[in-house]
Amino acid sequence: MEAPQHSGSSYIVIDAERCKGCHLCVSVCPKGIIAPASYTNQKGYILAEVIAAKAQECTGCTACALICPDAAISVYRHSRVLSPAAR
Amino acid sequence: MTLDTPELDTVLYHKPEALEDYPFHFCPGCGHGIVFRLIAEVIDELKIKERAVCVASIGCTVTSYHYFNFDGLESAHGRAPAVATAIKRCRPNLVPFTYQGDGDLAAIGTAEIVHACARGENITTIFANNAIYGMTGGQMAPTTLLGMYSTSTPGGRQPSRAGYPIRVCEMLSTLDGPAYVARVSVHNPAAVRKAKQAIKLAFRAQLANLGMSLVEVLSPCPTNWRVEPVKAMDWLVEHLLPQYPLGEYKVIPAVADLKKESRRA
Repeated sequence: MEAPQHSGSSYIVIDAERCKGCHLCVSVCPKGIIAPASYTNQKGYILAEVIAAKAQECTGCTACALICPDAAISVYRHSRVLSPAAR
Repeated sequence: MTLDTPELDTVLYHKPEALEDYPFHFCPGCGHGIVFRLIAEVIDELKIKERAVCVASIGCTVTSYHYFNFDGLESAHGRAPAVATAIKRCRPNLVPFTYQGDGDLAAIGTAEIVHACARGENITTIFANNAIYGMTGGQMAPTTLLGMYSTSTPGGRQPSRAGYPIRVCEMLSTLDGPAYVARVSVHNPAAVRKAKQAIKLAFRAQLANLGMSLVEVLSPCPTNWRVEPVKAMDWLVEHLLPQYPLGEYKVIPAVADLKKESRRA
């Protein structure tokens, strides 16, 4: 299955159940790849999510993770060589 | 190999180990969550998880023992520096730190913090200043700005009735006891990085037995400021920073040496 966030050099993972929808990450992302989602989590907060079309622009600067008040964001850099089939 | 195992990739940022999985109870956009995370990161980096003791205070910070994955102790309102003093004197090997808000440190606990600083106790205090009483519903704090709305100053804080805001760092830096007194903020990622450096230096000062270290963190309270989280950060920059300038107010030479060492490393 094609996962858009894996086409760039880095990617973020947002813990949906920790996120409280403050959208500070949306305001600090220098590439503007995070946006409010169209759905809520179990607590009823409107989550932040990565825009699929812009996901490959993530540079792994960790600005979103640094500002996140709920420690909901993890940032990773691809270090595995993936075969096209695995992607 | 599947893509749902991100831990196999290079981790650029991950929730620190010293933080429990238990989610924060704070309102969305609250600065306390950022400060808690920074403390946990520093404790991980200094590898003092087995020795650290969080002395919790009263206020929104009261349940900090839920979130830290190390020992904690609850103190009476404003008395956290006294409790931390006792821990440090009885068990010098432990690393006690207090986490206090402005209602706890600058109002009911003013005497405790002033005397802990005057004695130069070898403890660390993290002081989160959001210029309002958060937990009790947004009443005026000693650090509330002039003209600022709170539920107990509905027309804005007037000096004729409610006096003037206290600048804690400036006040405590006039004492001879403290080794390190600094004010930082968490209004953007760059400021968060600086805040982490200051908190780390404060803990290192304690580990080197240099005396009292205090870091004041300006932190947003969107709920009681009545603004959205993103606007709260702008409000902090616009109003709190002019009243509470950032910077290091007291750095004794030994702490300055520690700082130089970390730059070289």
